[in-house]
Amino acid sequence: MYLEVDNNKTYIATGSKEHVDGNPTMSFVHGTGMDHTVWTLASRHFARYGLNILAVDLPAHGRSGGELKPTIEDMADWVVQALDAAGQESTIMVGHSMGSLVAFDVAARYPDRVTSLAMVGTSMPMPVGDLLLDNAEKDNHLAKEMINYWSHSTSAHLGGSQVPGIWMLGKLIRLLERSGPGVIYNDLLACEKYTEGIERSKNIQMPTLLILGEDDFMTPIKDAKALAETIPNSRTILIPNCGHAIVSEAPNDMLDALATLI
Amino acid sequence: MAKIKTFDFDTLSNHAGQRPDKETGARAVPIYQTASYVFRDSDAGAAIFNIERGGHVYSRISNPTNAVLEERISALEGGVGAVATSSGQAAVFNTIATLVDQGGHIVSSYALYGGTHNLMEYTLPRFGITTTFVDPNDIEGFKKAIKPETRLIFGETVANPRTEVLNIPEISKIAHDNQIPLVIDSTTTTPYLMKPFALGADIVVHSATKFLSGHGTSMAGLIVDGGIFDWESTDKFPQMTEKYAGFHNLSFTEEFGPAAFISRVRNEASRDFGACLAPHSAFLVLNGIETLSVRMDKHISNTRQVVEYLDQHDMVEWVSHPDLKNHPNHELAKELLPKGSTAVFSFGIKGGREIGQVFIDRLDLFSNLANIGDAKSLVIHPASTTHQRMSVKDLEEAGISEGLIRLSIGIESVEDLIEDLEKGFKAAAKVS
Repeated sequence: MYLEVDNNKTYIATGSKEHVDGNPTMSFVHGTGMDHTVWTLASRHFARYGLNILAVDLPAHGRSGGELKPTIEDMADWVVQALDAAGQESTIMVGHSMGSLVAFDVAARYPDRVTSLAMVGTSMPMPVGDLLLDNAEKDNHLAKEMINYWSHSTSAHLGGSQVPGIWMLGKLIRLLERSGPGVIYNDLLACEKYTEGIERSKNIQMPTLLILGEDDFMTPIKDAKALAETIPNSRTILIPNCGHAIVSEAPNDMLDALATLI
Repeated sequence: MAKIKTFDFDTLSNHAGQRPDKETGARAVPIYQTASYVFRDSDAGAAIFNIERGGHVYSRISNPTNAVLEERISALEGGVGAVATSSGQAAVFNTIATLVDQGGHIVSSYALYGGTHNLMEYTLPRFGITTTFVDPNDIEGFKKAIKPETRLIFGETVANPRTEVLNIPEISKIAHDNQIPLVIDSTTTTPYLMKPFALGADIVVHSATKFLSGHGTSMAGLIVDGGIFDWESTDKFPQMTEKYAGFHNLSFTEEFGPAAFISRVRNEASRDFGACLAPHSAFLVLNGIETLSVRMDKHISNTRQVVEYLDQHDMVEWVSHPDLKNHPNHELAKELLPKGSTAVFSFGIKGGREIGQVFIDRLDLFSNLANIGDAKSLVIHPASTTHQRMSVKDLEEAGISEGLIRLSIGIESVEDLIEDLEKGFKAAAKVS
């Protein structure tokens, strides 16, 4: 569905189901240069469970208009505006990679709006290598290739998709290629600059789940485990043989993990 | 500039799509000869049915052995995903049926495999879909043939049997200027010789029966989605962009982004038309793909020597192969097919049809049959076999004369192949 958020036309996927007043809400925030389609299976799944789904396209991503939000905090504020526009008071907040930082920041600064939090493929801080940032700044295609390459585990580079017939590396590079000029750099820089997050962990009192890929090269699990130790009510589910792109490498495992939140 | 080192073609052709079986450790791809799959529980079953969870429901729609093949061809082509079909013909039909509705129109090169030509010329009009055939070398002709109701341009990389090389970069521009996709039949070249997506194609189809399988053992087809075409740039494809009542109002572009087309193929064409691939056939095609580059190099090197031999033979009227400087697409082939163009080509024997039959009947190593892309060398007379249903005018347009003989060069000893051809010519000379 399309909503007006922050004076801009905004796309929010609902898992092919209309919202029902009073039903609980589950919101999804995508990662760098991506869009709502990374959540399609999860959106459809939890929509069938009766949850109101909000899988957003962040501003200037996917089908959403507006200007890029330069910081994780700006993106988090925008997500709260999207919740308001959709008439959803509170939500289970789910994010992947950059989206996990956004989900975290919403939970930390708007704790009344978040009933539980899931961070998929995450770490804090989330530093970005100079080579990647440099290529992203120049909008080189190589930046997208780097993200695609490092997002997948070694075994995923040879395939084995849980969704029949899908070549995971091919699908992600095409999705990244759809992002507009400057989008990848904006998002990577926002991740790099989000250094205050760990200080806000004390505000995260709601049940929190970290879903991590054992072979994650982008956000190594040791950094994620350090984050988990700062969140009092957190659990970690480790997915073996899985990289950073958990949404495509292990969508079934992710569904099972997320189901423990409802 | 730094470069990302992904797995090379030969590694992907042996491994892509497969993770060794967890239970048994089987290194070869297991043949999952099963119609259906036990669900973990009722909810998981409902989730797979409703595209919420990856998995298999029924082998008409997907199968674990076929899925390995689908990923492997996607990896080799550089696509986002693929669907395996029961034959190359089914791959062509399911692609058209996914994109073209009643009243729709196709612009196609007229240099086509006879079965594809028959489908477009005679069968599809019964369902309200018409085709305008165009000389593959007439780039402007493709542009002129496009109508408001045109939904795709179709062509073969290197046509069978007259070896016209399609100018994919130029024709893809015409397609995209008109917001329609370019569908390429890449059977004769395989991803080893050419990657059509990198040249501008949007969808690739294969008869995997041919070089991909490589041993003439199995009927199989593949549809590969490049994930590049922007279906939402136009209102010509409501089946991709609007809610589909046949699947609980699913919008394929909204939900699957770059994989919208191939998701629609699986969830409509595979489901409703039923032309699914037998998993044992998928296994045989996978075995073939493991040696694809090695075989193609041998096919090509043998072909070069046979073409040279034929080109200098007194009994040969003409040879049509892009390696020859007099071929109209010689330069284009060098540009688009640097590793070699094709092992399937044709020549005209002096004396016409009857002499040609004597020649064919005398051959021992070349098998007279209706197939191409086998490890063994093959020969046929298209005007009386593969293209027999085409009218004289259509045959002329496709460049298929009465004396045309098609060869598919195998990977045997090239000296033995040339000796076999020489025996044929000697026999033909006696009756001419």
